[in-house]
Amino acid sequence: MSVVLIKDVTKRFGETTALQGIDLVVEPGEFVSLIGPSGCGKSTLLRIIGDLIQPTTGTATVNGKTARQARTDRDYGIVFQDAVLYDWRTVAKNIALPLELARWDRRRRAAKVKEMLELVELTGFDNHYPWQLSGGMQQRVSIARALSFDPALLLMDEPFGALDEMTRERLNMELLQIWEASGSTVVFVTHSIAEAVFLSTRVVVMSPRPGRISNMISIDLPQPRTATTREDAHFFELVTEVREALHLGHDLERAPA
Amino acid sequence: MSALGRRIVAWLPAVVVLVGVIALWEGLIRAFDVQAFLLPKPSEIARTLWDTRHELWTAGWFTFQEALGGFLLGSGLAILVALVLARWRILGMALLPFAIAANAIPIIAFAPITNTWFSPLNKSSKIVIAAILCFFPVLVNTLRGLTSVNPRALELMHSYAAGQAEIFRRVRIPTALPFIFTGLKVATVLAMIGAVVGEYFGGALNALGVLILTRARVFQFDEAWAGIVVACLLGLVLYVAVAIVERLTLRWLPSTSE
Repeated sequence: MSVVLIKDVTKRFGETTALQGIDLVVEPGEFVSLIGPSGCGKSTLLRIIGDLIQPTTGTATVNGKTARQARTDRDYGIVFQDAVLYDWRTVAKNIALPLELARWDRRRRAAKVKEMLELVELTGFDNHYPWQLSGGMQQRVSIARALSFDPALLLMDEPFGALDEMTRERLNMELLQIWEASGSTVVFVTHSIAEAVFLSTRVVVMSPRPGRISNMISIDLPQPRTATTREDAHFFELVTEVREALHLGHDLERAPA
Repeated sequence: MSALGRRIVAWLPAVVVLVGVIALWEGLIRAFDVQAFLLPKPSEIARTLWDTRHELWTAGWFTFQEALGGFLLGSGLAILVALVLARWRILGMALLPFAIAANAIPIIAFAPITNTWFSPLNKSSKIVIAAILCFFPVLVNTLRGLTSVNPRALELMHSYAAGQAEIFRRVRIPTALPFIFTGLKVATVLAMIGAVVGEYFGGALNALGVLILTRARVFQFDEAWAGIVVACLLGLVLYVAVAIVERLTLRWLPSTSE
């Protein structure tokens, strides 16, 4: 059963068509990146998968259920560009929030929080408040929170977009380790070509006005990816392929109709 | 240096200013021989404070109860109404302009009216005017806090399938707390103004506002000033009490933690 099944989805905001004729299937264990220039509707598509907004036409199915049912069942965790930590909660309590809402008892929550802190290498920061952490650490807390209730699907909306290059590359590695360890499926929005190629098993190239899928590129780099993956000749070939696909989408837009 | 030592050093400039102003006040009045009905010497006010302390304490306590009652009633209602208006936004959109307008009018002008609604001798008349004064700033601030939530934070709660009650409890109310305290601190000042000025329009003989007014009428300015000092101190007590609760509640804010 596919984790995500998007069928002929269109989304209009008033006069603007944000998404048109989107078909997308994501299989279990895939790491799929949505890449495209601003305004191509990649974040909108992510929100439709998460049932945070509803498509104008078409259907979104997650784990074989309607997107709404999947959200109600807490089938996915989501991470935004900003960590969106709750300032009044400590690191541990931020990670525990979804567990509180899912009515886990205190002892189970504490055990899970400890496990998640180890996973994102923040052991010992339980009682820190968000403002006491760096941007990269905050984002790790946010990832730990999204994974705390073992969702089958992880939705990420430019999670490392606001971080410096060094931190970003380190978190990319950590994310891949987490993905392997948890066996979850990831849908990842980015506008960095290198990041998309490095992380993904498949890159979905989108183009704007109206937002649509213009290309899909399978990333057949060997797993697990390591620091040397970025220096692989095939890595550069794939980066070039994605870049050309992006430009092609852009040219299509400019071509007279 | 110890924490206490650092605190004393931090307060030192303010204390120097206070002592300096009082000394200057005393010195200028002596130097220019200012008449007591214009401005009594601080030393005289201090002596009167001590000599009439029992009467002042009784009057102050009477008025403080009115202010406190009005503060609790007005602020409590305001927070409840704000929660309702934030939960059902259409109500909020319909009523908020009036709340903001009401916030801008001199509500204290209604004090003679509340005096006639209840007996002027009754505490209720002052509690009501103080409550009305407190109501609007707390309402407007609370509502602003409840609705100024990061949209991402709400999306996150939706992704956890959280209901409205959970969203209020875990996101909207904590986000609003700094705003609520700002409103409450404004309200403490207004509560004392409501109680004392309300009494100027008529009140029980043992009320602080009445004491200030009657002493000023019979040229006992040192006693009137002593009453004013008590009113100031009581206002400060209320304000500081709220500020302490704020500090304890908002420990997670970088600006309030040490």
